Amino acid sequence: MAELNLVEAINRALDWEMAHDPSVVVLGEDVGVNGGVFRATVGLQERFGPERVLDTPLAETAIVGTAIGMAAQGLKPVAEIQFSGFIYPAMDHIWNHAGRLRNRTRGRLSCPLVVRSPCGAGIHAPEHHSESPEALFAHLPGVRVVIPSSPSRAYGLLLAAIRDPDPVIFLEPTRLYRLFKQEVADDGEALPLDVCFTLRAGTDVTLVSWGAMLNETQAAAEALAQEGVMAEVIDVATLKPLDMTTILESVARTGRCVIVHEATRTGGFGAEIAANLAEHGLYSLLAPVQRVTAWDVVVPLSRLEHQYMPSVERIVAAVRKTLEGA
Amino acid sequence: MATVARFEIGFTRFLDAEGEATQELPAFVLDPANLIPLYRAMQLTRAFDTKAIALQRTGKIGTFASALGQEAIGVGVAGAMRKEDVLVPSYRDHAAQFVRGVTMTESLLYWGGDESGSNFSVPREDFPICVPIGTQVCHAAGVAYAFKLRKEPRVATCFLGDGATSKGDFYEALNFAAVWRAPLVVVINNNQWAISVPREHQSATPTLAQKAIAAGIEGVQVDGNDVIAVHDAARKAIDKARAGGGPSLIEAISYRLGDHTTADDATRYRDPDVVQQQWANEPIRRLRNYLARIGAWDQEKEERLLKECTEQINAAVEAYLAIPPPATTAMFDHLYATLPATLQEQREAAQWFASRDGGGSHG
Repeated sequence: MAELNLVEAINRALDWEMAHDPSVVVLGEDVGVNGGVFRATVGLQERFGPERVLDTPLAETAIVGTAIGMAAQGLKPVAEIQFSGFIYPAMDHIWNHAGRLRNRTRGRLSCPLVVRSPCGAGIHAPEHHSESPEALFAHLPGVRVVIPSSPSRAYGLLLAAIRDPDPVIFLEPTRLYRLFKQEVADDGEALPLDVCFTLRAGTDVTLVSWGAMLNETQAAAEALAQEGVMAEVIDVATLKPLDMTTILESVARTGRCVIVHEATRTGGFGAEIAANLAEHGLYSLLAPVQRVTAWDVVVPLSRLEHQYMPSVERIVAAVRKTLEGA
Repeated sequence: MATVARFEIGFTRFLDAEGEATQELPAFVLDPANLIPLYRAMQLTRAFDTKAIALQRTGKIGTFASALGQEAIGVGVAGAMRKEDVLVPSYRDHAAQFVRGVTMTESLLYWGGDESGSNFSVPREDFPICVPIGTQVCHAAGVAYAFKLRKEPRVATCFLGDGATSKGDFYEALNFAAVWRAPLVVVINNNQWAISVPREHQSATPTLAQKAIAAGIEGVQVDGNDVIAVHDAARKAIDKARAGGGPSLIEAISYRLGDHTTADDATRYRDPDVVQQQWANEPIRRLRNYLARIGAWDQEKEERLLKECTEQINAAVEAYLAIPPPATTAMFDHLYATLPATLQEQREAAQWFASRDGGGSHG
């Protein structure tokens, strides 16, 4: 079993699936000879050739738009948008076409497409390279939205995304690309989509997060454990469709919930989870649900980005608030 | 200064407005049996348009986009496609769709508000009509790439309007397809109007065909009211694409004789007298004159054809009107290959309310 970081796990998953399914093609800017600006696609063009690993012209709209045409023809395109801050020109195609093609043809045509894109702040990147747009995609009917939080889940979830018969937006936290390594089997085993993963069992509070923020969330759980507060940590992993069953079942036991995300607060995906808790779990709550999110501001440049992103301290403070009067 | 590149755009017309040959006709025209199906398809489309507008006015279908005056473009291009090719249409392309095998009942069902109308029984791989302007050109380039990757001798053919050439999608798609040398034929239906905006406000270029030059592919202009010119250009471009010669762009010049859609009133922005003058150029009379001149068409044949069109259309309308509204659950059941558990609850709720009061009162 190999020790892989997250970007290597992505690379292994792409390599596995391209080797086992000739309909898989990879396309995007710099994904071929250069192997992607983060090296997620390194070696793929050498192994599978320039017809299956395409260095496209520099145009996000057409990267996703042409991928939709390929998908409708039964290919399984994995399109890379170099940074999620540049995904907006492709929004028209994701919203108006990828998520609708199956429905509007009553199943005659479909769109087995994956759009991969790095997301998130914390790597001192230039302007527009630190975005967290997941809530925009989670609002769309007909698509899935997946964000891995570790190398092993990145591997298994990406395989599942490519094998899924419908479009999947697969957001990869850049901060996790090389943050840590993990044993990954590289055995072609996919993880289930549409389910949350419980990373840590606890009895006092449920911490719900996804992507890179699970780093801070797990650190907060560890710090709280030192004080005798046992936090359960849930990795949402697939935001759309959302597995509320796992979250509700946890909150039914703990009575408290703190939702942590790196995206801005208003209309963020935490609001969806909080609303679901209000609709379906209100009577098991012992305290108001708390959200720990980025402030509702434009992602700052690198000198302030760590004050923008939720910190361990902010998560711990939110948990303490739910414990007030307990 | 040295000239490093030089370009020209050709214009082709075989029949003038009166149906007189203006130059030597292409070989396929010599047998009238090749032209009569094109004539019939144009007449059927025109009769369908008249009926569809009447159905809209009486509340039997929703908003409808007529192809009045532009029948030669869809018919001429689709008639040059092979069955295994793929059509990626815009929303004014039922002339092409009918030639491809989409039924008039399916078309009415779509405009009548049921997605099943895009579940074509015949051209199973053709795209449904595309409403977001110009986006379909990207899809067509992707379809063409799939053909190339699998080494299949098939061609993707795509329609867009003059207004759509202002969109980045159009240029991006031509550029991608050109770099990939993908088997794609893109046809601009230049009907002079994007709702109320005339062609000269859309682009400062003297032709739209020359947009091909920026992508490094061939662009030609044809008289879009001359079905022979359209068909000839389409055959050449499709043959070239199938043989591995890469994409082409065809600008077919026509005129939108009708409103943009049934929701539009073109008298607000254009002079009815100018529209009236454009009737002199329309494609059906032109081909009929030619066919009559060579002795391949007469009044009796014309009357029989129009009667057949009416019968076919009436049968299609009857079949359409007999189709019950879709089940409430249809809007859930094709969203994903397998309905996610989270949507099951909403599906059941929608079904429950529909069973009580037919979907609820609004307004």
